[in-house]
Amino acid sequence: MPSSAQTMSTAPVAPAGPPGPGGAALRRLTVTELKLFGRERGGVIWGVGFPLLLLIIFGNIPGFRAPVSKSVHGLSILDAYVPILIAFVLAMLALNALPAGLAGYREKGILRRLATTPVGPGRVLAAQLAVNVAVVLAMLVLLVGVARLAFGVALPRHAAGFALAVLLTIGALFGLGLLIAAVVPTVRAANATGAILFFPMMFFAGLWLPIAAMPPVLQHVSHATPLGAAAQSLTDAWQGHWPQPLQLLVLAAYGLVFILGAARLFRWE
Amino acid sequence: MPAVIEVRNLHKSYGDTVAVNDVSFTVQEGEIFGILGPNGAGKTSTVECIEGLRTADGGAISVLGLDPRRDHAELTQRLGVQLQDSQLPERLEVGEALDLYSSFYRQPADWKALADALGLSGKLRTRYGKLSGGQKQRLSIALALVGSPQVAVLDELTTGLDPQARRDTWALIEGVRASGVTILLVTHFMEEAERLCDRVALIDSGKIVAMDTPSALAAGVAGTEMRIRFRPSPQIDDELLTGLPEVTNVTRRGDLVEVTGTGNVVAAVTSVLARNQIVAEQLRVDQASLEDAFVALTGHDSPRDGSGAREGER
Repeated sequence: MPSSAQTMSTAPVAPAGPPGPGGAALRRLTVTELKLFGRERGGVIWGVGFPLLLLIIFGNIPGFRAPVSKSVHGLSILDAYVPILIAFVLAMLALNALPAGLAGYREKGILRRLATTPVGPGRVLAAQLAVNVAVVLAMLVLLVGVARLAFGVALPRHAAGFALAVLLTIGALFGLGLLIAAVVPTVRAANATGAILFFPMMFFAGLWLPIAAMPPVLQHVSHATPLGAAAQSLTDAWQGHWPQPLQLLVLAAYGLVFILGAARLFRWE
Repeated sequence: MPAVIEVRNLHKSYGDTVAVNDVSFTVQEGEIFGILGPNGAGKTSTVECIEGLRTADGGAISVLGLDPRRDHAELTQRLGVQLQDSQLPERLEVGEALDLYSSFYRQPADWKALADALGLSGKLRTRYGKLSGGQKQRLSIALALVGSPQVAVLDELTTGLDPQARRDTWALIEGVRASGVTILLVTHFMEEAERLCDRVALIDSGKIVAMDTPSALAAGVAGTEMRIRFRPSPQIDDELLTGLPEVTNVTRRGDLVEVTGTGNVVAAVTSVLARNQIVAEQLRVDQASLEDAFVALTGHDSPRDGSGAREGER
């Protein structure tokens, strides 16, 4: 080792040079984060595999594929469940994967270390968000594709409304995920907070009891929660209606509040 | 030589706790400058202000003519940093980490050569979580150097390394300096400071208590006193030794004789012994070291003695 020390290329650099790394570093960072995401096997199986498993189970229950005329507008139960499963995937990554990942980076001093390099922690945040959103979108395509090809579930009939609903849902849920990451001190606390929020939110999204089948009071509460508004908007667009403006507004407002809160409260260390 | 790092009257407090209290020093180009002190003395707070990770409460800092906070983006291009306890993602491979970090810089070093120099070339496909403590430490040093910095700040460089790896790392740092990099070293290892540093600032309770070359610090504190220990054969009369003008004190521990003195005391003692045909077995001569200086200046038994097991500075 001593002899090779001289060959090291740590020569002083010129005092001024071309501007910083910019896009190249961000790309490299995003690719690296994507690889790391793939290596977190537990998270991937749970976040990606579980909704797909639910879809396959529901799809194989004969009664679920038969049209139900009364409560869910002549659609099969399965048709009604696919938007809820989409909300499930979004919530899974936004409330569990994202905050736990960022809290871990902070806990281990990774964000601090990056703050001493030209890349800065801001790009790290951007790369993490990009990876999670990319995985969510891939999952969405996979879920819709499997539902369509294996179980004959129709594609969303109001494509623009559906895209807008997905976008606002991503804003609201990832905003909440960032807010969790901003306020929790440790990975453990991030996981606990994510789980505590996840289950009641999924209840109001209609995972166990469809929103349309809830008593009126619960329906009102549901429409005011981020995931309830998300599930309702996604369902409306799926069935060919433009989502209700009030619910889009609820999603947008949640997104705005959460993101502003996260930006205010976020700490790099 | 121009000053590469200039710190003037630096102050930093956390709530009521004063971490850094009026610290000033300059580091010249090409120098290895050591900041030495017990845990919790304010070493890490000082370098974190220099790195721009913290805002100073008072005083001025200039690194390569840049302000660490205002010119942070430019500074990060030219200042390599090794943090005391920062990790990497568990599942990130060594080669990926080096490749990733090198993409951040305008003029990255050849990371494969760097890995080679740090003995990591066999570990490029190993995940961070599977590395030993010493390997993690070497990777952390490599990442501090991967941007071809002009200045490197290394905090607790060899903590967690075994003695051989520590010596290898010291040789490496000397090589880095030889290539023109100015180095600011934070340490609580006396031996490391003595071996590597051109100058040392001794910090205790947030203040610089002494600043000089390691040998001048040692000499200044303990005078030029030396301690000679041996087992005389046959036994010797104390008066033969106490009569010498160079000798200040003679004590006995069992059949061991311990002589302290100044000036040419070693020659004086050995010639008395030779004249009386006495053989000095197990002869040992100790000179005051940086450690003695440290104890005298700070009142701590050893640099690891302090406010606690870890730097309580966060």
